[in-house]
Amino acid sequence: MRWLHKLRTQLATLRRSRAGTQLDTELRFHLDQQIEENLAAGMNAGEARRAAIHTFGHLGTIQEETRSTWSWTSVEFFLRDLSLGVRSLSRSLGLTCTAILVIGLALGGNIAIFAVVRSVLLKPLPFHDPSRLIVLYEAKQKEQAVNLPIAAGSFWDWQRAAGKSAELALLDPSKKYDLSTKGGELPEKIDAGSASWNFFHVLGVQPVLGRGFSPPDDSLSAPATVIITDSLWRRRFNSDPAVIGSELSLNGRPYAVIGVLPSWFKYEGRMGGGRNQIWLPIQHESAASLMHTYDEHEFVAVGRLAPGVPESALFHQLTAVQRQIKAAHPGPAVRDTVMGHSLLDDAVSDYRTPLLIIFAATGCVLLIACLNVGSLLVARTAARRKELAIRTAVGARRMRLLRERLIESFLLSTGGGLVGVFIASGAVSWLVHTRQDMNRVDGIHIDATVVAFAAGAVVLCALFSGLISVWSINSKSLLAPLQESSRGNSGGHSRSGQRRTLLAAEVGLTVILLVGAGLLLKSYLRLRITDLGISSDNVLTMQFNLPDVRYGEPAQKAEFMEEILRGVRAVPGVEKAGLITTAPGQGWGGDFLISIPEHPPLPAGAGLDVLIRAADPGYFAAAGIPVLRGRTFEAGERLDHADVALISQNAANSFFRDEDPLGKHIRLDYTGKVYRIVGVAGDTRWSVSQPEKPMLYMPIFGNDLRFGTLFVRSSRNVEALSVPIQRVVNAMDRELPVSNVETLHETIGRSTLGSQFNSLLVMAFAVIALVLAAAGLYGVLAYLVTQRTNELGVRIALGARRTQILHLVLVDGLRPAVLGLVAGLAGSAAVAKLIRSLLYGIQPWDATVFLTVATVLLAVAVFACTIPAWRASKLDPLQALRVE
Amino acid sequence: MGKPTDLVQGTLDLLILRTLANEPRHGWAIAKRIQQISNEVLQVQQGSLYPALHRLEQQGWITAKWAENETGRQAKFYRLTSGGRKQLENETANWKRLSSAINLVVEEG
Repeated sequence: MRWLHKLRTQLATLRRSRAGTQLDTELRFHLDQQIEENLAAGMNAGEARRAAIHTFGHLGTIQEETRSTWSWTSVEFFLRDLSLGVRSLSRSLGLTCTAILVIGLALGGNIAIFAVVRSVLLKPLPFHDPSRLIVLYEAKQKEQAVNLPIAAGSFWDWQRAAGKSAELALLDPSKKYDLSTKGGELPEKIDAGSASWNFFHVLGVQPVLGRGFSPPDDSLSAPATVIITDSLWRRRFNSDPAVIGSELSLNGRPYAVIGVLPSWFKYEGRMGGGRNQIWLPIQHESAASLMHTYDEHEFVAVGRLAPGVPESALFHQLTAVQRQIKAAHPGPAVRDTVMGHSLLDDAVSDYRTPLLIIFAATGCVLLIACLNVGSLLVARTAARRKELAIRTAVGARRMRLLRERLIESFLLSTGGGLVGVFIASGAVSWLVHTRQDMNRVDGIHIDATVVAFAAGAVVLCALFSGLISVWSINSKSLLAPLQESSRGNSGGHSRSGQRRTLLAAEVGLTVILLVGAGLLLKSYLRLRITDLGISSDNVLTMQFNLPDVRYGEPAQKAEFMEEILRGVRAVPGVEKAGLITTAPGQGWGGDFLISIPEHPPLPAGAGLDVLIRAADPGYFAAAGIPVLRGRTFEAGERLDHADVALISQNAANSFFRDEDPLGKHIRLDYTGKVYRIVGVAGDTRWSVSQPEKPMLYMPIFGNDLRFGTLFVRSSRNVEALSVPIQRVVNAMDRELPVSNVETLHETIGRSTLGSQFNSLLVMAFAVIALVLAAAGLYGVLAYLVTQRTNELGVRIALGARRTQILHLVLVDGLRPAVLGLVAGLAGSAAVAKLIRSLLYGIQPWDATVFLTVATVLLAVAVFACTIPAWRASKLDPLQALRVE
Repeated sequence: MGKPTDLVQGTLDLLILRTLANEPRHGWAIAKRIQQISNEVLQVQQGSLYPALHRLEQQGWITAKWAENETGRQAKFYRLTSGGRKQLENETANWKRLSSAINLVVEEG
């Protein structure tokens, strides 16, 4: 700290030498005035001068006396206190480093999560005037089902009705296409979006190259056009401007590239879109029937509100339109309500609660860290009570003493802040890497706002922990230590009472964190052990999509699929293999309304809904789904004979309560096709976190299906089969990309990633809090024991038993812990309700979690208190009495 | 006239503030003014004047500015601050109370 001292001295010297010269001038002026007066009075020059000097007195003495009135300036004071603080902190280097590290860790967590909250939840979308952008959904009022996808038929009616109050665009943001270019590069499956021609106009986006869609592009009969993203343009076209007008092949068909989007463009919504690399006109890409039905819900709408139109007014207006549609088409699938929210909400509403919870958790940890550091400073203050008292007695002002405490805590917090920014930048890059599934995750950076937040947090932290210790400098009791006799008086009782309150607060916060983390973790573990309905060990899945261009005939598709299965089953290591449209846990996979011809027709507006799957005869054996009744498909049930179906147990129970489903029929309302039920299979889940739904399986070799998931089971090390199997597919069709190659474990991991992330992160913060609270307990108690060494020595000397001393100290330490525990459990009950939406399969007031937390906390508290208590009971009374 | 009367401890501050109440002055002028008004009874020693001025400046009751005097020389002019004005009022009131009390004792006792 030499430089600090030097700076201070130099500053003072500089100021003083200038002031010194000025004083000199001032005094000389006075002298000269006196001489002039003497001259005017008629003295000659020599006399006048002598007389003036005589009356004036000794110049040096006056200068000296004047100088002594100069005091220190506030800058000099500050610098002096700063170097005092640095010196006093560096005297206990270990403690200082620990404090800085603790604050750094807590601040780092806060800064990192704030960076995420700001970039993901708060930052406006990059579009023009983003506050007017909204997303529209359908809803079912009676069933309180919200944010449902919309039907294109309804959309056109809405668009007409909205008129001038909003411009609406229709889109399907989550499509997939097989892309190949003329260069003979490997084919790949890419994410794509299709949208009505005005989509980019609604968002206010202009392509940087070429043009946007125009109304003529957006029809089934128009020439095929595509707009590509900047990343695809760079990756596959080498940023060549000549790409405009060139062709690329999607699903085997040629498309003309008409535009390239700006590099910042990204549409991210609840239904996906963040990974889209191409955009296509929606009417060109969808069947005409799908574009004009009211009961097939595949789409979402975005809109730009006209200035001054509130979104609620638009939703109200469109709901009226939808009610009319419902009146005209009372089918069960037609919905009655229009709802929506802002485009930003659409992108991030799913992450809001978890992020805010994690942010709150980091806030709690920071609070605990501040309490700990504050408590540390209190201990230091207390240890210096005599010094402070003497300084007060000789005239140090209270402000001075306060300022020293604040400067100390400021130094600690600033050090912590620097460490924190480092930790935060590491944490942010880890987070961006881990949560690629999260919308807007790529925009997370530590920018100026985040740095400002960090600075603010440092100041708050310094003030908070400083004020805690300042609070303990009570001006009335400042002199008390001088009045206390040095012996036999245990440290001021009120002060330790204050520290116990701090401890109780710390323990309370820790309990809340632990309970929250425990609930989240238990939910996550529940999710992980959830049974999809099949064993997920050693299962590999991969998807393919047969392009209509080369596989136009149903027979071509069926034959190709059969051939693939034969090839895959022949790969060494493959135990069983099957084909299914959507494997368990891998998504909704589509649903249809059905009716049962054997049953009386349902009342208007009611309907039966099943998830649709298509499978090959061997799939059930490969997946391990038991065929509970009847049989699986037969080899001959393909193409024209593929009108048989298996239903899931759940479907059998819901649709055929007291009858035998075998031999009954199911009609798909949309296509009108009728299937005869030949078997009942076990239930599987479409998503880990969702309950089973009724499911219908039809033969995949037939029904003109072109989409398939290869389901491969092995006895061990199934990942190794990925390459040989892809080679089989590639040998059959070099142009056919295989996508989403993953094990079922990976599928489950992916769908539980959010839960895992939330629970582990909150748990990590909770553990930090626990360690801090334990350290706080230990520190305070150890300090109190030192303070009471004398008293304890007397007690032992007078015959107190060791166990009594142990008991005395232990109870002293455990009281605030138990108090905090009770308060914390009460607080947790309230907090648990807040995080209810993140819980899966457990109640917010889960007794196991609450009990475990209470036990763990008590155990840790007892452990932290035992060491000082033990030490106290081992005191040598002779030495203890000698301690001064 | 005998030896010039020494100023009562603490009254110099009051005199300086009073002298500056109407206009800013430099040190010499302050001393002269006190001398004149008191009919040469009060002689301000330079050895007390300048430390007092600098102390008052530190306390924020007066501020100083370098400016030219009537003959064009640079001199340090002191001026009363608003805090100084308040201080002057307090000290004046104190002085009046004190002096009338002393008068009472001297005359009645």
